[in-house]
Amino acid sequence: MEKRTDKNTYTVIFAIGMVLVVGALLAFLASTLNPMITENERLEKQKNILYALGVNENEENKAIFVSNEETPKLFKDNIFNQVVIEAKDGKIIRVLSEDEYKEENNNEEPYLIDIKKEQNNAKDGEIRKLPLFLGKNEEGQTCYVVPIRGKGLWDAIWGYISLDKNMIIHGVYFDHKGETPGLGANIKQRFFMDDFIGEHLMKDGVFKGVTIRKGNADPKNNDKTDNEVDAIAGATITGDGVTAMIKTDLKLYLSYFKNLKN
Amino acid sequence: MGLLSKKDSKLILDPLADNNPITIQVLGICSALAITAELEASIVMSISVLFVLGVGNVIISLIRNIIPSKIRIIVQLIVVAALVIIVDLVLKAFAYELSKTLSVFVGLIITNCIIMGRFEAFALGNGPWRSFLDGIGNAFGYGVILIIVGFFRELLGSGTLLGFPILGDPIEKTGLYAFGYENNGFMLLSPMALIVVGLIIWVQRSKNKALIED
Repeated sequence: MEKRTDKNTYTVIFAIGMVLVVGALLAFLASTLNPMITENERLEKQKNILYALGVNENEENKAIFVSNEETPKLFKDNIFNQVVIEAKDGKIIRVLSEDEYKEENNNEEPYLIDIKKEQNNAKDGEIRKLPLFLGKNEEGQTCYVVPIRGKGLWDAIWGYISLDKNMIIHGVYFDHKGETPGLGANIKQRFFMDDFIGEHLMKDGVFKGVTIRKGNADPKNNDKTDNEVDAIAGATITGDGVTAMIKTDLKLYLSYFKNLKN
Repeated sequence: MGLLSKKDSKLILDPLADNNPITIQVLGICSALAITAELEASIVMSISVLFVLGVGNVIISLIRNIIPSKIRIIVQLIVVAALVIIVDLVLKAFAYELSKTLSVFVGLIITNCIIMGRFEAFALGNGPWRSFLDGIGNAFGYGVILIIVGFFRELLGSGTLLGFPILGDPIEKTGLYAFGYENNGFMLLSPMALIVVGLIIWVQRSKNKALIED
């Protein structure tokens, strides 16, 4: 005799039941946990910006953020303005201060601007919002933290770069969604990120960015004006992604920085 | 092992050596290649698989009599996927930093053939307790190989272990590097994982001739 579980009707009913149970369970969990997850993501953005600015608790070779509890206060104390630049076709239309932006956008914090969405807007020929976070670093110098986003080998990579008004890098933070552990994932390690500190983005008055170079003749990275840092072995494509996102995204801020100097 | 009967302890011990999922059954090779460039990643992956395989085996075993045989593979797939997503969501809410480290592995766990293999070959025909032991045993067997491969790849490829420099500084030329030693960058690439696994298989079979097939 045919087993009960072999019948087509049973199979269909089981499949429907399973989908309902599993779907309901996942939907319930996702909606209950969502507020906590959003809050964690919000804090993470603040921590990343603070890290690039140099507000962190780094130990020896490890990159360590400030604690969750301290983050909101430190962010408020250290970031004194969040400027939003509106650009179209690579040209700056207008520059909004934090207060002006909030007034126009229901009090939305500029650091929560979704860079991916803005990049898509720019692709569609619409206005792209370019956030810029102004803070003081440890030496009391004003630094400009720029968010950037690009593609690695497997998925998105992004980061924050802290610059002074001469477009010299004072700190960076990189992160990724799914680069290979041990290879591309190492872009968020100190040995890689610290190499960027002091690097110049300009060369002889022209914007060059920073290139992640394989077989760099300067692995100790003593030469800060060569617009190059040493690549990670086995992570060529992730490295190229970092080079590309620095070049394309920072370039958009170029005329803002030129105005600053004048 | 006084706690377990002889038959039960065999479930845990067999996959560690003579029926190892990687070296004997040649399953789960894909993740073994992908993430063993670093010892830490190997360890994290081993623990994740330990959890998913242990719990997944129990769930499948509990519902084994009501699963329609025609769609059993899909049911198994959904159990793994749901488990992994639940763990990922809970970690994101309560241990965000940890979840970021683990997120890379989520996709690799779902596609790990050892998990589906154990569901299909064992949990569908055995009780929950025995299935649990079988899951744990196979996850350990998988983890042991991952950790061995990760150890050698990180040591010879980067000169570090768990991120700590063991052999000196390759740029400052201290330690072993002072004598002209160089890191073998090839160890960091996936093919070397396959070669290391191959060497382990060779050693294992030359020690236990019974494993050699005609």
